[in-house]
Amino acid sequence: MSADGPDGPDDVGAIDAVTATTTAWTTGRIITHDLPAPHLVRLRMHVEDRQRHRPGQHYLIRLRAPDDYTAQRSYSLASDDDDPLVEFLVERLPGGEVSEFLADVAEVGDVLELRGPIGRWFSWDTRTPALCLVGGTGVVPAVAMTRTARRLGRPDLVRVVAVGRGPDDLPYADELDRAGATLAFTRQSVGERPAGPPTREEVAALLDGVEVAFVCGSSRFAAFAEGLLTEAGLSPDAIRVERFGVTG
Amino acid sequence: MPVTRGFFRRRPDGPESRLPPGQYDVGAGWPVLTAEATPHLERDAWSVRVDGLVDRPTTWTWDDVQQLPRSAYTGDIHCVTTWSKFDVTFGGVSVDTLLEAAGPTADAAFVVAHASTGYTTNLPLADVTGGRAWLVWEYAGKPLTREHGGPVRLLVPHLYFWKSAKWISRLELVAEDQPGFWERNGYHDRGDPWREQRYQGDA
Ligand SMILES: Cc1cc2nc3c(=O)[nH]c(=O)nc-3n(C[C@H](O)[C@H](O)[C@H](O)COP(=O)(O)OP(=O)(O)OC[C@H]3O[C@@H](n4cnc5c(N)ncnc54)[C@H](O)[C@@H]3O)c2cc1C
Repeated sequence: MSADGPDGPDDVGAIDAVTATTTAWTTGRIITHDLPAPHLVRLRMHVEDRQRHRPGQHYLIRLRAPDDYTAQRSYSLASDDDDPLVEFLVERLPGGEVSEFLADVAEVGDVLELRGPIGRWFSWDTRTPALCLVGGTGVVPAVAMTRTARRLGRPDLVRVVAVGRGPDDLPYADELDRAGATLAFTRQSVGERPAGPPTREEVAALLDGVEVAFVCGSSRFAAFAEGLLTEAGLSPDAIRVERFGVTG
Repeated sequence: MPVTRGFFRRRPDGPESRLPPGQYDVGAGWPVLTAEATPHLERDAWSVRVDGLVDRPTTWTWDDVQQLPRSAYTGDIHCVTTWSKFDVTFGGVSVDTLLEAAGPTADAAFVVAHASTGYTTNLPLADVTGGRAWLVWEYAGKPLTREHGGPVRLLVPHLYFWKSAKWISRLELVAEDQPGFWERNGYHDRGDPWREQRYQGDA
């Protein structure tokens, strides 16, 4: 193992115990299950043998049928490491094998197979000034980052630009708004801000001192966000991207 | 491990024999997955070098690789994020052709594939020889787009697709295995989809 990568073991940050690169399957029990919007489900789970995580990391959730057929998908953590439960926010995709199950069938008390945390590259080290440019359910890792920054007493370290069609479509819109995020709604004008994607000026205004940018959302969103950040003057080397879901 | 209450097999049995465990058929789509911003790389600025434990370290430019014997792959590809894509066609040159020219030494046992972005991934030499790996610049008969690694990417279709480094710039032959970018970040060193070698610690 080499320690000289951008995410090498020397770069662990405040959550020092987060060094594991091997994680085993475990189980988690659903403690709360609610639908913040008709197409969104929030799960809070108690995890057996839980390992510490950095904000930005994700878990695998695996469903197992009686004939041993399984389906597994990745879900980012919304929760901070000091939360006794892990929190997931999943968009219910019509026809989606796992998301539809989690929204419509899963209930409080159900036990699911889990594996995590995974993904050290797309995680915040809790020290470096960061900008999150996130869209739709891509806000989830940014929520974990802002929660962690607040707990550490350094809310200034994580700036967020969150993009959704309207306030009702954007998960955690209220929480992000209270945390000082820039919310950009593409289909609805809210307050002074006319409807539309975030502009180069809106992003550039937040880049001062930023050393790393986290882009998360659909593939189409990620391509847009990369372009916007580089046009606003950020070096491509500073951009880390996580793409959710299926696109052409 | 527990059966999940209320969850039943939904995918039909038929085409699943072509699907490695835990994968699903993405159909006509081709998800773009990259950890970094997509680079703009002009063909004329691109080159690939084969070096390390070889007798004749060699660099090929875009024009040089066009002169090499063409080789194509038609078959399936599998991504660790659980999609698989059936019957894709890539065109380019066999890695065997490049290695023949460079002449690996007897102690060369692994390859580190480097991309122009700094991305790396490691492979046993045996996984990129014997007609199992390509440098490709065409997909479905058209130039490979830059989101998918154009102008030229590595293609190692029998392993998970993170091994098929986009924007390939160098194949470095080494004696000992050296984990690459995702491998240092928790992914498996080999990545055989049929054995579900996704993460470090998988058999
Ligand atoms: C690192 C990471 C983190 C993620 N975090 C989150 C998160 O926090 N929240 C979140 O909501 N999502 C997240 N995702 C996405 C998530 O993993 C799933 O991709 C998503 O929930 C869809 O899964 P599904 O099983 O519901 O849908 P799938 O069954 O995978 O289907 C997705 C779409 O493709 C179509 N489809 C699937 N299979 C076929 C087929 N054989 N033929 C035709 N069409 C098909 C479906 O109809 C559906 O529209 C994350 C992804 C990654 C990689």
